[in-house]
Amino acid sequence: MMAAIEKDKLVWTLSRTGQTDVSISISSPLGVHRPQTLVYYALGMDVGYENPIFALLEVDYSESDADPSGEAFHEVKKELSYYELDLGLNHVVHRGRTTVDRTANMLFRVPGGNDLPSGVLCCGEDNISYYHVYEKEVFRLAIPRREGAAENPNRKRYIVAGTLYTLKGGNFFYLLQTEDGDVFKVTFDIKSGKVERLNIWYFDTIPVASSICLLRAGFVYCASEAGDRLLYELETLGDEHNEHVFSSDQFPTDPTETYNPPYFQVRPLRNLNPVEKVANMSPVMDMEVANLSMEDAPQIYTVSGTGARSTFRTTRNALDVLELVDSQLPQRATSVWTAKLRANDEHDTYIVLSLVNHTLVLRIGDDVEEAQHSGLLAETTTLGVQQFGEDCIIQIHPKGIRHIRTVPYNEEDPTQKMYGEITDWKTPAHRSIVACAANNRQVCIALSSGEIYYFACDYDSSLAQAEDEAQLDHTIHCLAMPDVPEGRQGSDFLAVGCGDKTFRIFNLNPRDQDHRILGQTGLMGLSALPHAIAFHAMKDQSPAGYSLYAHVGLHSGIYVRALVDEFSGTLSGFRRRFLGPAPVKFARVSVGGEPAILALTTRPWLAYTHPVNNTLALTPLNYMSIEAAWSFESASFKGIICVRGEDLRIVTLDDVDLSQNLSYEQISLQYTPRKLVGNHEQQVYYVIESDNNTLDAATRDQLKREQDEKVKEEVKSEEESEDKPMKTAEEEDLTNGELENDEETNGELLPVDFGLPKVEGRWASCIQVVDPVTEKAVIHTIELRNNQCAVSAALIAFESKDNDLFFAVGVAQDLKFTPYSFSKAFIQLYKVSPDGRKLEFYHDTEVSAPPLALLAFKGKLIAGLGNDLVLFDCGLKHLLRKAQASNCTGTRITDLKTQGSRIVVADQSQSVTYVVHKDMVHPNRLIPFADDTVPRWTTCAEMADYDTTVGGDKFGNIWIVRCPEKVSQASDESEDGQHLIQDKAYLGGAPNRLDLCAHYFTNDIPTAIQKTNLIAGGDRIIFWAGLQGTLGVFVPFESRRDHKMFQQLELLLRNEEKPIAGRDHLAYRSYYTPIKNVIDGDLVERFLTASNDEKASWAAQLDGAWDASSVEDKIWTMRLNFAF
Amino acid sequence: MADKLRAQQQLENLQAKYIGTGHADTTKFEWTSNIARDSLASYIGHPPMLQYMSIGTGQPREKMRIQLLERMIQPVGPPPKEQD
Repeated sequence: MMAAIEKDKLVWTLSRTGQTDVSISISSPLGVHRPQTLVYYALGMDVGYENPIFALLEVDYSESDADPSGEAFHEVKKELSYYELDLGLNHVVHRGRTTVDRTANMLFRVPGGNDLPSGVLCCGEDNISYYHVYEKEVFRLAIPRREGAAENPNRKRYIVAGTLYTLKGGNFFYLLQTEDGDVFKVTFDIKSGKVERLNIWYFDTIPVASSICLLRAGFVYCASEAGDRLLYELETLGDEHNEHVFSSDQFPTDPTETYNPPYFQVRPLRNLNPVEKVANMSPVMDMEVANLSMEDAPQIYTVSGTGARSTFRTTRNALDVLELVDSQLPQRATSVWTAKLRANDEHDTYIVLSLVNHTLVLRIGDDVEEAQHSGLLAETTTLGVQQFGEDCIIQIHPKGIRHIRTVPYNEEDPTQKMYGEITDWKTPAHRSIVACAANNRQVCIALSSGEIYYFACDYDSSLAQAEDEAQLDHTIHCLAMPDVPEGRQGSDFLAVGCGDKTFRIFNLNPRDQDHRILGQTGLMGLSALPHAIAFHAMKDQSPAGYSLYAHVGLHSGIYVRALVDEFSGTLSGFRRRFLGPAPVKFARVSVGGEPAILALTTRPWLAYTHPVNNTLALTPLNYMSIEAAWSFESASFKGIICVRGEDLRIVTLDDVDLSQNLSYEQISLQYTPRKLVGNHEQQVYYVIESDNNTLDAATRDQLKREQDEKVKEEVKSEEESEDKPMKTAEEEDLTNGELENDEETNGELLPVDFGLPKVEGRWASCIQVVDPVTEKAVIHTIELRNNQCAVSAALIAFESKDNDLFFAVGVAQDLKFTPYSFSKAFIQLYKVSPDGRKLEFYHDTEVSAPPLALLAFKGKLIAGLGNDLVLFDCGLKHLLRKAQASNCTGTRITDLKTQGSRIVVADQSQSVTYVVHKDMVHPNRLIPFADDTVPRWTTCAEMADYDTTVGGDKFGNIWIVRCPEKVSQASDESEDGQHLIQDKAYLGGAPNRLDLCAHYFTNDIPTAIQKTNLIAGGDRIIFWAGLQGTLGVFVPFESRRDHKMFQQLELLLRNEEKPIAGRDHLAYRSYYTPIKNVIDGDLVERFLTASNDEKASWAAQLDGAWDASSVEDKIWTMRLNFAF
Repeated sequence: MADKLRAQQQLENLQAKYIGTGHADTTKFEWTSNIARDSLASYIGHPPMLQYMSIGTGQPREKMRIQLLERMIQPVGPPPKEQD
């Protein structure tokens, strides 16, 4: 059954057709509409094999709607209605109803069938009741309340989430969670299918969940409402416990009757054990993209979460790296290799390091130590090391190649010679090797004179020089060769980077009819000199599963990737990307069993196969810059060995989820964060936080102190009244009691786990200084008192105070919503210490309405007080008002943005208004001159340019409005704004109107929006963060041709890629206002996941010369040139 | 005449199908109640909106949901007294 909130209820029958196939058919719906009725909850009951019954919590408001006196409204009843689907007649009948507690909000199924009672558990305020369809008897439990100094003993709780769990043998229990996060276990006492009693006791406390799921394997998944989701292991079922059990015998069935409320004491987890966390940003309250830690690309700073589980997060586009080993080298190393001794060894034996002018060889055993008698040439730098043939190692150095036949390693005698026969191949006179490439069976070297020599593996694993050689007119910068494909004698291709800014592919296959050995098969021009090449088979979407990719790193820091055809050796499918302002080097590694390429520039990047969609992805690593790296495999670790100056490190990426290309760092905050203000010079953030209906810290401490004193007094009086003979027994009791007290103070119940005590109408609020770069912690906290809450903040350098930095906070006292009220409002000013890490109270100024928006403007402070816009300067004891625009907007000013003399004022429900400041007249003027035609409930706004504002609204739209050019010019023309004042107001608003440029429904409430660049060297885009944790970008189109293609593709995909529920894409994206000038990138990117045939047929339907690969290429560049 | 009849039928069909489809005698009370109920139902039905409000009031989403549902019973106060 599916029930709408009002009136409509529809029942579908699902039936399985056929015996073997599992296709399910859905019948046409049966309606059981009941007008003027609200449905609170709908539930399918467990009735065994009888006709299905649905239980619904309903309220009929027809009487209250017809009674002018308003009495009927107070007598509205909540009913538990049963609807039975008669399968024989295919008809739904109303089976009857019972009046239940007025506050009931949730139902849980009670198992039925074999000796089980069936029925429903109906939860409401301070009430868990059991109802049966046919029987009159009701059992009721009250919800136990928390005991504690700061808890209000009269506060009643609701059940907000829960789950039923049935055990083998028909037993069952419930885990029900209250709004505080406390989970209770509810069990039934059943005798021959009849309920006798209900029991409830405290189970554990976990974050407030929107859903709790108990898995058969003994895990509890908590889909928490805010912040990270948690997975707990169920250690015990909580049956053996010392909690007080309350049973339904204790409570009257009518909740309005008096009874002794049950209490319990919260304690740390006993039955559950947290094992896993799923990172979750929702709800994002504010966001800023900034480069505080001076990295290549900016980081995304967000404040998210609610209550005590709030966090400050730094998000980067990076993969997290686990460091295993960090050790020192005697000298700077420039390159590193690892090598096995024999082809069928499992682990690497040597680590070869190329130092400034010699080579260091380390042997991996139980310890890593310098290898004696390795046979490798130590008095030269090394260009490459490779295990060759069956049992040989070759070392390529500038003056030649050394070929070493190895001897099996003898554990007992470390001084033993590790090599047998050594053969040296020397370069021709006056020439040296500049680049080399090698695999198990082939070696290629490039000489300083431009020749390339090719060696293959002989039958006895020795080197055999091929007769063919290539002579190029340019210097050769780099060579690369793939590993020998399985079942082959050698690789077919060689990749060469040349000094004429080209990249070439040479043939190595002796059976190739068209090309001789070292004949050219592919060529690509580059924008700069190549610096390194990696050439490997990587997993992708191709039918074979793997394709050959050549990765070219340029001196300019650009990375180019090309697909090499397996048979012809031609190049296609180019991708370019700027990685960092340093030449790019490569290292071939293996991540999670799949080949991957590490690209090293100012920071390391990983080119890997995305595990979900099997396309090649490129993501930076969350690690320092590395000079050289190589894969590493020993008995104890498997990972990547890398050098950086004199450090040798081993890291691993195997535990990383490659489908997640964001890495998070988080810092806990005290309350729900509201706004984030960055002091970029000092690398700190100021966060204002406030929690509604929550007890503030000062009162909390006071209550705790009072209780402690009370306890002390009681203990004292007890001691005095003690009788001496009784002492031994009493002493024991006392020590027990003390122990308990100790437990409580030592392992204090942190609000992070247990939440903050709730009190209606109270605010807890504070200002925190967060250092996300060096200390990665909160470094300073200021609590607000007198039931005040911080509502806005800004950082201002007052011109009148020698540009000293101040932190202004808008504060409201006794703030209430619905209806909106407050007792007082202030702007508090804090002086920022020179290092930015401390705030010192300076003064506060009472104002007419809570300042929901503050902004630094021309060395002064501009504030939105209610719907007035006021300009303040800093005085000695107060802020001094310099200018004011009364009734500047319609409702309440919520955000301010500025460029030059122009201020964009965002209103709570009336979109944005453009205001100009005229400072050449006395008093200064603030003149609203343009506003919008559509009421947009603005949540955030940003000026995209001087005339254009991009903003988001409470209904989940993002829009761009622009001021007409003439209006814009006119506003800046005069010095005093005299003619602007003379302009007649148009239809009760400002004299002019803004034009709508773009509109888009995002389905998430944007909470912050910013024009910024997101990657190093990328252009600026519009970046936004949504309440539910969305991070999104809007990328401007630069060419008409691209726009046309994307538009056509979107149109095509709307029809071809319909969602499973059949919702029309155009209607969805135009949910409130028709979509305008925005193309849905999410939809367009569905193209990439389509099959090759679909891709080709869709690309063919586009106007212009597009094919599947060029469309794909365009979609990728659209994303990767601006974002990740 | 047939057109008029059909229009009438269509209107009746709409009225049966959708709550709050207006007719010639819709009172201000009915109209405003409908708008308010529509808005409240929309707040409950859009998860981001419900979450937005629950954060503002510092209570769980479930509690916010019940409060909004309660408001749907009589969103704009009691109906006006009937004038004879």
